Amino acid sequence: MTKTAEKVLLKGNHAIAKAAINAGCQCYFGYPITPQNEIGEYLSVEMPNRGRVFLQAESEIAAINMLLGAAATGTRAMTSSSSLAIALMQEGISYIAADNIPAVVVSVMRAGPALGYIFPSQGDYFQTVKGGGNGDYKVLTLAPSNVQEMIDYTYKAFHLAHKYRTIVFLLADGLLGQMMEPAVLYDYPYEDIDNSSWALDGAKDRPGRWIGSIHRSEEVLERKVLELFAKYDVIKQNEVEYETMLTDDAEILITAFGSVARIAKAAIKKAREAGIKAGLFRPISLWPFPTEELNKMARGKKIVLDIEMNMGQMVEDVKIAVNGEAKVEFFGRPAGFYFTPDEIFEEIKKVMEGLK
Amino acid sequence: MTVKEASIIISGYGGQGVLFIGMAISNCAMDENKYVTWMPSYGAEMRGGTANCTVVIANDEVASPYQTNPDYVIALNAQSVEKFEMKIKSGGTLIVNSSLYKGHEKRTDINYVYIPANEIAAKIGEIKCANVVMLSAFIEKTKIVKIESLKKVIRNVITASKAKLLEINELAIQKGSEYIRLPICN
Repeated sequence: MTKTAEKVLLKGNHAIAKAAINAGCQCYFGYPITPQNEIGEYLSVEMPNRGRVFLQAESEIAAINMLLGAAATGTRAMTSSSSLAIALMQEGISYIAADNIPAVVVSVMRAGPALGYIFPSQGDYFQTVKGGGNGDYKVLTLAPSNVQEMIDYTYKAFHLAHKYRTIVFLLADGLLGQMMEPAVLYDYPYEDIDNSSWALDGAKDRPGRWIGSIHRSEEVLERKVLELFAKYDVIKQNEVEYETMLTDDAEILITAFGSVARIAKAAIKKAREAGIKAGLFRPISLWPFPTEELNKMARGKKIVLDIEMNMGQMVEDVKIAVNGEAKVEFFGRPAGFYFTPDEIFEEIKKVMEGLK
Repeated sequence: MTVKEASIIISGYGGQGVLFIGMAISNCAMDENKYVTWMPSYGAEMRGGTANCTVVIANDEVASPYQTNPDYVIALNAQSVEKFEMKIKSGGTLIVNSSLYKGHEKRTDINYVYIPANEIAAKIGEIKCANVVMLSAFIEKTKIVKIESLKKVIRNVITASKAKLLEINELAIQKGSEYIRLPICN
């Protein structure tokens, strides 16, 4: 394991790849797509060097099913991809969720719909959090906003996947993947989790085990789904994560996730300098969404302004959370155009003017 | 705290080493405990066209690593001048590799600095060092980071086995920063 205590200049995608190696990821399966190719490129060299598996699959459908198979043996494994290619993985994602398999998927969003292009975007909030696979299931989703957090939440993704035997998404975007920033690559901080009670690791000296999602009786299928949701309730209680900035006296509360949140922070500082009491609520776990926390935070605020690089996706969860405590407005652009702090500042001013 | 931020776009032909000098100045900023981001252009670029990267150096977390209107542009070829001259913030600076650009100034609200980087690099004996000459001149002119930091970063990048290369690059740093102190640049 590499041990580096000092800051190094790291590309977001490389940060994920290095963190995956430190986290003990034994198998990587993937198919190339921009803007996340540096993850596979790096692991294609470094995984074999360590006697671990790097496998370029024939398609994303193959990659997600390879991940399912490897992770079903209790092995730490991951795939990474982007937008239209994550769309191809949805069937496998539903299977991994139903089968209680601990798997990590890195999603570096690009602009859609469909092929779109490689520009950064946040257009796959729905795809990730609301799911594109069939049936009742949830995807634990973590959204970093800088290169340091790419490391922090890759570690956490592996930890939570194994702690809850669940699928975890690290949801980034092309900007976070491509940019370089100083970060500290510290050792994986979590304890190993014992998987001997369930892993398909060969039935030597014990009866065989079965992991599958076909249940031919209504009673059994319902029980399986209820068990899944009992697990989700525990995740909701334990794993909600969010960040706030200058919220105590705020009159306008900005909600934003991922890379947009860091731009919003600069806009909020500008607003404060101009005498506007603005604050930030940034969900880090997109599912479980910090619903109750945002509801409390919204009380007494004049307005909640949700900002996303899409046409309005997280804003639906924001509205559910705020639940009438304050008016909710949305500001967004879809196709890879990055907000400047000035643009967000102008929108804050406009929204505050509108209240007068 | 007022956020002080300087954004730099470094642009040239693919192969001129623009991404490298972007990373070099980013490392300088990191070594000086500043906040910094480096972002490559990875959009619809044409083969044989210009490559560029954006570096933002600040005294607080950098809001956006992507900047359409930079404070500074380091242009290593003519196409880069044409692409970015009109986008520089008013009061900003365009540092031009005058070995490869002979055009006229289109603006009166920005500063122009001309460095014959190819000639300077050729005199040292290694034309590939034109990028380091440009970066050194830029650092000497703006003092955004210390020239000592650049020397340290270059020493870390170029390993002992390539002592000759290190010597040439150190000479490029010296010549680039010396040139900016000439009366012609002031």
